Amino acid sequence: MNKVQKILLGAVLVGLALMLCFPIWFGITGAFSSQWELEANLAPVFTVGEKMAAWSFLPQAPTLEHLVQVLMDAPEFFTMFWNSVIITLGILIGQLLLGVPAAWALARLPFPGKGKILSGYIVLMLMPFQVLMYPQYLVLRDFGLLDTLGAVILPAVFSTFPVFLLHRFFLAIPGEILEAARIDGAGELRIFWQIGMPLGSPGIMAVGILSFLDSWNLIEQPMTYLKTKSLWPLSLFLPQIQLEDIGMGFAAALLMLIPALLLFISGQEYLEQGIALSGGKD
Amino acid sequence: MEKEKQRRGGFAKIWIFWVFLLPDLLGALIFALVPMLRVLLGSFQSAVGSRWVGFQNYATVLCNGAFHLALGNTARFTLICIPILLVLSLGLALGLRALPGIGSTLRSAFLMPMAVPAASVVLVWKVLFHKQGLLNGILLSIFGTRIDWMNSDASFWMLVISYLWRNLGYTTVLWTAGLAAIPEGIYEAAKVDGAAGWQVLRYITLPSLKGTGYTIAVLSLLNSFKVFREAWLVAGDYPQQSMYLMQHLYNNWFRELDFDKIAAASVMTSVVVFVLIALLGKAWDKKE
Repeated sequence: MNKVQKILLGAVLVGLALMLCFPIWFGITGAFSSQWELEANLAPVFTVGEKMAAWSFLPQAPTLEHLVQVLMDAPEFFTMFWNSVIITLGILIGQLLLGVPAAWALARLPFPGKGKILSGYIVLMLMPFQVLMYPQYLVLRDFGLLDTLGAVILPAVFSTFPVFLLHRFFLAIPGEILEAARIDGAGELRIFWQIGMPLGSPGIMAVGILSFLDSWNLIEQPMTYLKTKSLWPLSLFLPQIQLEDIGMGFAAALLMLIPALLLFISGQEYLEQGIALSGGKD
Repeated sequence: MEKEKQRRGGFAKIWIFWVFLLPDLLGALIFALVPMLRVLLGSFQSAVGSRWVGFQNYATVLCNGAFHLALGNTARFTLICIPILLVLSLGLALGLRALPGIGSTLRSAFLMPMAVPAASVVLVWKVLFHKQGLLNGILLSIFGTRIDWMNSDASFWMLVISYLWRNLGYTTVLWTAGLAAIPEGIYEAAKVDGAAGWQVLRYITLPSLKGTGYTIAVLSLLNSFKVFREAWLVAGDYPQQSMYLMQHLYNNWFRELDFDKIAAASVMTSVVVFVLIALLGKAWDKKE
């Protein structure tokens, strides 16, 4: 490829990247725009009329009023933010306590029927929510968990994708290290704790980030299993916001976006490793 | 004596295996596998009174108009989206590879939408895709025409755009990993043989990516089920009919307590997914 071609290609890709990031930028600036500016720009979208909506690349009079309003005068925002936090933390802790050892067993402990169990995990991992929704509903009903946060947390703790992905990370640890430890007389528990966990920690980070993004974004599960509004996570709260509160809507959306974006930026390296490994063959 | 010791050692290892695995495995059995079998059984029974009705639930679902609509839309969505996504992201991965300097920065930008919660962009989507929204503003100034995204069949394309927006970066990273796994030696051999540009792509890169491609196709298929989120957030329970998906149908049946229909439809969906997985497995085996 010559220089001109490279510059052209770069220009096309930069353009595309800007296009993809535009909706994010749009949402962020919305949170800092004043109510009159939002109404002036977006009135055509929310009321009748023939004019077209507009948008300013930067807010003309940047303000923190909506963020303050959400943080000060919207108790329901706090309730739902807190629900999202509990759901996400519950899922992550559960997966760490149960999923990590399971992945270690499937990757590194000897057992004759291991391959079959792993295939079972893969099959379950590939089942979409449409298939699992009604079966899970039955279990949750029997356990009396419907309409509790546990109804969203528990099935997600036992989702098999994190285990599968972690098992791949653990498989990448060189076998010689483990053999050497065994010869030195280390027990399996100690090998897991002192070799597996430290060497597998990038994998645990990657899976943790993927799980976080997924749990923070859950919509179908809370929608189906939670009836009481005060138990809803943020993802179900945001769509209900009306035009009169659109500034608040953007501010709430931004507050929901911040934790996900911070995690994405700080852990991107792990995330890319995780994605890459989920695609490779055995 | 020696044998006895070995046997006991083997037993200890199996024991420790179960200590590690069992808590998680039990959960997966209780929350997924066992209830799935129960649903299989339930699909042959009536919703009220659990009478045995044979294949009647299946017949009801297969003759249901809403089911046809949802199935048709979901199938059309998958068949259109996945090829576009695969080709576009492969192109991107190749493009990024050719630009080693800014490639990784750009990859971050492409990947960013994946981290954005669907609910966080719902307002943006409403403003972009409204009849008098920003996207139409651009279309109007360039082509002098606009599209009623929300209230016409164009709503289907809104779903396609949402899906591509969210998944492009993820899939590009998958392809990039696949590209990185091709041994450098093959390219060098090709260079020695005088192959250049398109020939390398056609005869070396693409054939080497076959296995990766199958995997990516399946992962993309699974992610395609999640586009319901955008559809529901933007348009609610009863959207314009060209974006009425399987998940909408399930939710509506669920509200109306049509559990017999849900059971039959769940079983059919899992069979379809199962067949697709089997095909993937075969593809993997072939590559070995």
